[in-house]
Amino acid sequence: MRAARLDPKGTSERVIGLALLVLLALGPVFFNDYWVNTILTQMFIFGIAAASLIFLSAYGGMTSLAQTALMGISAYLVGNMVTRGGAGGETKGLTLGWDPTLALVLALAITTAIGVIFGLVAARSLGIYFLMLTLTYGVVANYFFGQVTEFGGFSPIAGINRYTPGFVGDIVGHPDKLYYIGLGASLAVYGAIRYLVRTPFGLSLQGVRDDPVRMSSLGYNVPLHRALAFGFASFIAAVSGILLVWWDGQIAPGNIGLAATIELLVIAVIGGLARIEGAWLGAFAFIVINNYVRDVELPVIGGSFNTIIGLVFLVIVIVSPDGLMGLWDRLWRSLGRRGGGTPEAASVTRQAAPEASSP
Amino acid sequence: MKVAGQLGRFARGVSERLRFWDIRLLPKLAAAALVLFAILYVLVIAEPPPEIGFGNWRTTTFGSATDDPGSFLLILLDALTFAGLLFIVASGFSLIFGLMRVVNMAHGSFYLLAGYIAYEVQQKMTGQGGFAIAGVDVSTWEWVFPVLIAAAIVSAIGLVVQQLLLRWNQGQDLRQALLTIAVSVIVADQVIAHFPRQGAVQVGGGNAVSLTWPGWTERRIDLQVWNVDYSLARLVMLALGVSVGIALWLWLYRTRTGKVIRAGVDDPQMTSALGINIQKTFAIAFAIGAALAALGAAVGTSQGNVASGQDAQWLLNALVVVIVGGMGSLLGAAAGALLYALVLTFSAAYLPITSNNCCSQYSIVLTFVLIALVLAFRPQGLFGRAG
Repeated sequence: MRAARLDPKGTSERVIGLALLVLLALGPVFFNDYWVNTILTQMFIFGIAAASLIFLSAYGGMTSLAQTALMGISAYLVGNMVTRGGAGGETKGLTLGWDPTLALVLALAITTAIGVIFGLVAARSLGIYFLMLTLTYGVVANYFFGQVTEFGGFSPIAGINRYTPGFVGDIVGHPDKLYYIGLGASLAVYGAIRYLVRTPFGLSLQGVRDDPVRMSSLGYNVPLHRALAFGFASFIAAVSGILLVWWDGQIAPGNIGLAATIELLVIAVIGGLARIEGAWLGAFAFIVINNYVRDVELPVIGGSFNTIIGLVFLVIVIVSPDGLMGLWDRLWRSLGRRGGGTPEAASVTRQAAPEASSP
Repeated sequence: MKVAGQLGRFARGVSERLRFWDIRLLPKLAAAALVLFAILYVLVIAEPPPEIGFGNWRTTTFGSATDDPGSFLLILLDALTFAGLLFIVASGFSLIFGLMRVVNMAHGSFYLLAGYIAYEVQQKMTGQGGFAIAGVDVSTWEWVFPVLIAAAIVSAIGLVVQQLLLRWNQGQDLRQALLTIAVSVIVADQVIAHFPRQGAVQVGGGNAVSLTWPGWTERRIDLQVWNVDYSLARLVMLALGVSVGIALWLWLYRTRTGKVIRAGVDDPQMTSALGINIQKTFAIAFAIGAALAALGAAVGTSQGNVASGQDAQWLLNALVVVIVGGMGSLLGAAAGALLYALVLTFSAAYLPITSNNCCSQYSIVLTFVLIALVLAFRPQGLFGRAG
């Protein structure tokens, strides 16, 4: 255990975290329906997806652009398995009409398995190669679902959220339910990641991140560690994919295109690639900007919301490559106190240039 | 692994023979068998479709190469000429990566922008005001000049991006990739906002427009074998790809700048310690890389069209080519372009047709198979250097 000493940063983070948790738990009391059902629920969904990206980046040293695709794969699996064809049913996809609970379990399992296969192929590629390779996974998955009409084709599979497992119940009529499911899933994912990085596997994964050659000569199976970490992150992405179809009710190739892939990366980078908490912070910031700036026409240069997001992204990467959480950490560092409490994670700058870091 | 370690106890000859059947050889053998099967399938196994109904796993549109050599040759030429285009675009991407370790995620956006600029300039030159241009109305100069303008503008933008965003953070490759992603988002959005400028008669819906090849390319050449005649424009595309390859090779291996660039690839610090202005070299290489995206865009836009969303397509193309071929290697870009084009073209034409909706739509999966096969044995790509 850590020696007892004053840890104002950790304490303040815990206090803020607890306060936010209470606020969110009583969310429907404080916020109007639009905020609860649209902004905050979306924040949970994309926060979970971004957490899978940040987990890989911070603890595995792998920045993955395949998380959106994995999200989409699990969403497509659920969509194909639960919807029913026939009169009054859906027309797109396989319309298997299976039991939603079974579909949920299968979607999580299959997506995780696909993630492990993806991970095995990419496990020996490092750093920027990994980024490129996972980007090709994402784009290939996007074209796959666009071209293969059996699984949906170009237009969306709709009405998926009409078929939810019994323990979830009707989320179309009671969107508050989805809000609390999102909150619960977010807490579970956060807890699972915080737990995993303290297990022997998590520690050796961080060893692999810092010095793969040394870990390999110590007898650790480096590619296997990477592949399993990728599988775990795929599981998390699969969870968010299922929440996404429950929230949106539909899934289309556009949901997992390059633009969506980049959006998730933007969320993770705005929040901070070095700390898990950044996932939800980034998702919140992104979705609020998205909701309130969507229809703004830019003066002079023209363009839309995407230009604004691109500029915000550019500024964040230039000013604080570790995002908002990086700014927070830096604030405490400049106060002259050393924060603690979280295991050291690799930041964007350190990850790339180990010799350039100057704390 | 463990079994192999214990083999030391055997006499040397025995262990050598056992090691031949090492478990680790299995994936290699499986991969070799898969590739062999694919080649045999196209050459002999496939059968033409029956008179009525659909076929079985051996049925393809044209049958095998021995059944219909003419179609086979056409498809092979399609693959080779497409490889020419792929090479032009990917070599620029590879050049930038090879020298600066910058993954230019905005390469696809540069492609998009260049396609539209070339289109606008050609429209202005021929005074068509948005209507599609017939090939006979376009002289060679009216094709070359728009391409030069597009290349100049896009390489200038590339230069600005490199000087402003990528110069001060060399070595932080993730941060640089993120910066170029930001640029790609902005450029792609600006293209949608501003192009096409004139109320264009669009081809293919959306904001798709196309450039027109010069008139003299608009004919088919009789190849004198198997009654095949082939589009001259596509052969020009291949010729452009080969010329770009030769020009790049001469530039990199026969000029002083090329020598400096290759030295910079090997060891940038040592190169600049020798008193060489490596920053200038970086800037030149980035501008040339962007110009190659522009040239590729002009060719691709002339052959097909350009539309929003193709930035993702071409970023994927460039990525696959360099991942398969190996980063920063000219030969790798050529090999990667060739392999990728062969897989894409042949899978579209030679996947079996067993029913109305099977199976050519699965061709995209073969792209992933190609990447997985290459990376399983060479994580650095075919001609990439380790590390």
